[in-house]
Amino acid sequence: MKNKDHITIAHGSGGVLSRELLDEYVFAAFSNPYIDQKHDGAVVPVDGQLVISTDSFVIDPIFFKGGDIGELSVNGTVNDVAMCGGIPAYLSLSFIIEEGLALADLKKIICSIRKAAERAGVQIVTGDTKVVEKGKGDKIFINTTGVGTLHLKADIRLQRVRPGDRIVINAPVAAHGMAIMSQREGLTFESDIVSDTQNLNKMVEVMLDRFGEEIHLLRDATRGGLAGVLNEVAEDRNIGIHINEEAVPIDSQVAAACELLGIDPLYVANEGVFMAVVSESVAKEVVELLRKEFHQTESGVIGECTESHTGKVVLNSHLGGKRFIYPQIGEQLPRIC
Amino acid sequence: MKYLSEYRNKEATLSYLEAIAGKATSTWRIMEVCGGQTHGLVKNGIIDLLPDTVQMIHGPGCPVCVTPTSLIDKAVELLEGGVIVCSFGDMVRVPGSEKSLLEAKSSGGDLRILYSPMEAVTIARENPEKEVVFFAVGFETTAPANALSVLHAEKAGIYNYSLLVSHVLVPPAMEAILDDEHCMVDAFLGAGHVCAIMGTHQYHPIAQRYKVPVVITGFEPLDLAEGIYRAVSQLEEGRYEVENQYARVVREEGNLQAQAVIEQIFETGEREWRGIGSIPGSGYRMKGSYDRFNAEKKFGIQQRKVVTETRCIAGDILKGIKKPSECEHFRRECSPLNPLGAPMVSSEGACAAYYHYKSESNQA
Repeated sequence: MKNKDHITIAHGSGGVLSRELLDEYVFAAFSNPYIDQKHDGAVVPVDGQLVISTDSFVIDPIFFKGGDIGELSVNGTVNDVAMCGGIPAYLSLSFIIEEGLALADLKKIICSIRKAAERAGVQIVTGDTKVVEKGKGDKIFINTTGVGTLHLKADIRLQRVRPGDRIVINAPVAAHGMAIMSQREGLTFESDIVSDTQNLNKMVEVMLDRFGEEIHLLRDATRGGLAGVLNEVAEDRNIGIHINEEAVPIDSQVAAACELLGIDPLYVANEGVFMAVVSESVAKEVVELLRKEFHQTESGVIGECTESHTGKVVLNSHLGGKRFIYPQIGEQLPRIC
Repeated sequence: MKYLSEYRNKEATLSYLEAIAGKATSTWRIMEVCGGQTHGLVKNGIIDLLPDTVQMIHGPGCPVCVTPTSLIDKAVELLEGGVIVCSFGDMVRVPGSEKSLLEAKSSGGDLRILYSPMEAVTIARENPEKEVVFFAVGFETTAPANALSVLHAEKAGIYNYSLLVSHVLVPPAMEAILDDEHCMVDAFLGAGHVCAIMGTHQYHPIAQRYKVPVVITGFEPLDLAEGIYRAVSQLEEGRYEVENQYARVVREEGNLQAQAVIEQIFETGEREWRGIGSIPGSGYRMKGSYDRFNAEKKFGIQQRKVVTETRCIAGDILKGIKKPSECEHFRRECSPLNPLGAPMVSSEGACAAYYHYKSESNQA
């Protein structure tokens, strides 16, 4: 291993190599008036109520079909700000790098971060880089904190969810989790499944522009999948949620992979799927907006909030039978045969 | 995924369900043998759509559920002794007498969750300084792949690989259930995947001796509805035959190549079933000529006294005497995260199926 090709402890020492790494890789990629100050923090202008969210990204593998840890670290945090009704503007970016990471890989990750930030319309304004000894990390961990301002028409609160509200989702479920699983060590099935990672803030901003207070709640269906967020809402609001199995979009290849591995797609992680609880009166228009203006062609109304079955999520099977969707317990384990 | 959407067809499934209601004039209890069928029934809400005259009893066909505690203890012992233990996912959360494999992993054991024993052979090749054991659990369905992994390892000269075997066989279990004095089973839905390997001929003697219809059935809603319809038809008409609903996969003679591989490595012998007890000739063990690939022989693991679970009523559940919702611990002390017994752990276990999918109104 040549030191000039890989991250060494010296890159995190604060000395010459640290400086070189920052100049060549970080500052060169993210030039803007705030980060160019090369200070310990950033002074940025804001107008309105602040929305802040932070998230850490530890995914393995760091490169996967449809994205990488860099893109994920931008989209994940941007989406969390958006789900609060915020318009994300700035991001902090912290790396914890394991000694031995190829500099070429770091460059690829930083390039993805830059592109994802451009797509989402956010600026990287401050950050940090630490290097840990081999074996003390797993290639690279990334933390991002997103700062934005609250959309003027946003009133996104759990308390606003009420019986009769419709549940809208924007895209097919389970693609991200299955893309990762199909690539993970030990699983050798081949597939063309790609992660669905995408920034959701632009969609949310236009939804709020157009429908304002008719949007009652937004949640992105990341870990725990769609079943996870639906259960959170049903439990926390003490309301029933009824979902139509046939209305939940899923790519046929993703469905086949889930079938093969014995995994329920409703519990699989997504990185570009959100659930909106909206007034019945605007539900169809929200779907139209997502389909026509944001190419979310599989977007649809998948269910509604009810007075019955409080605290529970009920799935109407395609045969007309009913079953409960419970929160995930432990991690999903593949079945035997 | 041809053959999947066709067998989820709503209209066809519902018309079979309607026909069942029209056909059944008295009350019939039908046991689906395989845990995969239990899940198909519960997940699709089919049980709710059956007439009151047809009751489904959930059988012992979950290999994880019937794996005895003592064998899990052996796997845990190997894991804690520095062996790389490889297992199917379902198995790792099942409680042993002290801990599960997953708990032993948390304290530093090298546990790998795999989909195929062939991956375990690869791990053995890549880690020549370590011993690698595959926890070979399952019915006849998984036996050929497990046997093949041994043949593969032998051919490649990989001797740090071995199997911890807990294979169980379906026909002896069905006979044990029929011999039980509390048995309430009028007909069986035979396990489709098991029959794909072993064929249907093993079931003719059972059908004749016990005068019980056996319909070899698949796992999709239409399969299940048709299987139940055929079983009810036989019962109403006083027939007791072996029928093959799953003919798109199952042949009378089964998969002869797979059977040959099984015979090369395994022989039948007595096996302990969790919750049911020892059944003669109900499992596979490795032939003496393959001792060097037999983890029990290789590591000299002693047969331990089995710790019986006092609170879990797995035996009654697996024999179909009680439904999960009739257990006083169900959904109270016993849940998939904190299971008192195996039927709550495995995705194919009847208790887990009820826990995850059964709607409250129908749990009585």
